[in-house]
Amino acid sequence: METVGAIEAGSYGTAKLNYLNNGSTLRSWLLTKDHKRIAIMYLISVSVFFLMGGLYAATIRLELLTPASDLLETGTYNKVFTQHGILMVFFFLIPSIPAVLGNFLIPIMIGAKDLALPRINLLSLYIYWIGGAITLWALMQGGVDTGWTFYTPYSTTFSNTYVLAVGVGIFINGFSSILTGVNFLVTIHTMRAPGMTWFRMPLFVWAHYAVSLIFVLGTPVVAITLLLVAIERVAHVGIFDPALGGDPILFQHMFWFYSHPAVYIMVLPGMGIVSELIANFARKRIFGYEFVAFSSIGLAVFGFLVWGHHMFVSGQSMYASLVFSFLTMVVAIPSAIKMFNWTATLYQGSISFDTPMLYGLAFMGLFLIGGFTGLYLGALGLNVHLTDTYFVIGHFHYVMVGGQVIAYLGGLHYWWPKMTGKMYSEFWGRVAAMLIFVGFNLTFFPQLILGYLGMPRRYAAYPPEMQVLNIFSSAGASVLGVGLTMPVFYFIHSLIKGKPAPDNPWLLPGLEWRTSSPPPTENFDKPPVVTWEIYDFGDENGLDLEAARREAATVNA
Amino acid sequence: MAESTTEHHNPHVEVPNEHIGIPGYLGVFALLVVGTILTYYVALMDLDWIFAGANTLVALGIAFTKMTFVMLFFMHVRWSPKLVWMAAVGAFFWLALMFAYTMQDYLTRGTGYFGH
Repeated sequence: METVGAIEAGSYGTAKLNYLNNGSTLRSWLLTKDHKRIAIMYLISVSVFFLMGGLYAATIRLELLTPASDLLETGTYNKVFTQHGILMVFFFLIPSIPAVLGNFLIPIMIGAKDLALPRINLLSLYIYWIGGAITLWALMQGGVDTGWTFYTPYSTTFSNTYVLAVGVGIFINGFSSILTGVNFLVTIHTMRAPGMTWFRMPLFVWAHYAVSLIFVLGTPVVAITLLLVAIERVAHVGIFDPALGGDPILFQHMFWFYSHPAVYIMVLPGMGIVSELIANFARKRIFGYEFVAFSSIGLAVFGFLVWGHHMFVSGQSMYASLVFSFLTMVVAIPSAIKMFNWTATLYQGSISFDTPMLYGLAFMGLFLIGGFTGLYLGALGLNVHLTDTYFVIGHFHYVMVGGQVIAYLGGLHYWWPKMTGKMYSEFWGRVAAMLIFVGFNLTFFPQLILGYLGMPRRYAAYPPEMQVLNIFSSAGASVLGVGLTMPVFYFIHSLIKGKPAPDNPWLLPGLEWRTSSPPPTENFDKPPVVTWEIYDFGDENGLDLEAARREAATVNA
Repeated sequence: MAESTTEHHNPHVEVPNEHIGIPGYLGVFALLVVGTILTYYVALMDLDWIFAGANTLVALGIAFTKMTFVMLFFMHVRWSPKLVWMAAVGAFFWLALMFAYTMQDYLTRGTGYFGH
């Protein structure tokens, strides 16, 4: 697809010098204040952690291929699933979309030159590296076996593993998230281009605004909680250990006060991406823009009030459980608003099935299952049967992988031409998307059934009658693994031999598509002035998109 | 910048006044020291004759007062735009939410209609 005249007319960037070729030394990267370069370094970093977490996942699925605990001894298995969870949650799922795509795109989408606090942005990356390095050191020394949730009193009193070091790594890493959140909030409040009103902001930006609130309000709590675990472990101060006068359930309250909203940290940016994909690839203004925007804020706020649904069988009072169960049902409403509005947007849209849109549609289906199974778990009675079973594993992987990872991949494919200036193979992109969708469902749907049948989580062995479904799951993991590996190859291939990407490869009206691919260091050659409404596919956006589309179709033919 | 951003104060531009000046800051510091000493002495007294746990409430009250002074004067919140006030109050509201929803568990445990 070539750049066409109708698009060039509205472009704010034609620079030959872009952020990638503006300095090539290691120093120019490591000391950069350019949000785009920092995002690229985050991209490489989170990909490494994703690979490591994926290797642990593969080990788990290999062990569960047979009913007996024959590949790993049980203690090692405990460490493997713990480290899978820690690496994936704290070092991939939480930072990936905000720190990579948010970092790269938020300033461009609102017409700013950079984030408001560029040095703080670089500091957040270094903090992430330091936290990650400490955690990896601890894992290599022998790892930790508490589960990623660090439940007390096991983590404070009984576990003879590297709890302290991993806790310190995660504690430090938390500050990276806080700094990113503060930076986004300040940027969105103060750096919007002339004409970029709150209700002209892309929904991707709204989602990151909501996520930043959670970063700032929630992350300090988990940092303090892990610090208290360390204090109790080292100084034997009674906080969570009943033998010292503490209360282990207090740990769960404090841990989940952050870690349940953390689910929304992981999935809200994904929802932001999907809003972009659905509106832009259906070529329609999103149905109920304001509702979708405020539902992100609603999820951020109400997401803080439901943490007790992780504790229905922990000894929490029945009154508290009733309140948390009710609020869990309430928090489904903002999610449902998004789902209904995406569906209504698709209705009578001019839908194209490019690779990013395949991920967008996959998200809708998979997150729907993830959300509904969440309601099962939020129901007080059924929760007693399903707690700590593979149903829970299936549920949160439908939300985390089916939601966040799928959306992240969709976003990465969508903005890859903008980020790198190169087009990837659309054919292999579609093949990978289909493999991931099939592999994902084959992996995790059997786990929902296994959990309902009573297979507990975190055990290396299971009854022989459950082997067939476990084989399905492990086979699905192989397909998923192949699908997830493919983008690594065709993305790298695109960097070396890919066709140059036009400035606006998808022919869209957003501000990020009006600068060059890749963008110049200052993002725009001249400061943009926004005079059009968001997702405006009419004639008022300064671009004749329909003419460009027809022209592109002629060129391609 | 249309109607949207003109309302914002530029956070990078400091308001050119001395706030409460050096003597004022020293005064706030003295209040904080007095608060710390007061906390120590209150901890030595048994206030349970008022109601059970009164010591904790008094200690928290002193801590809250000290913290308010730090925020208002040392952190310049008193002279900050409404957005900063909202952020500061919002943070406390969130802390209150955490305490309230945690206490709804602790205060309703045991026997009774909703008890175990």
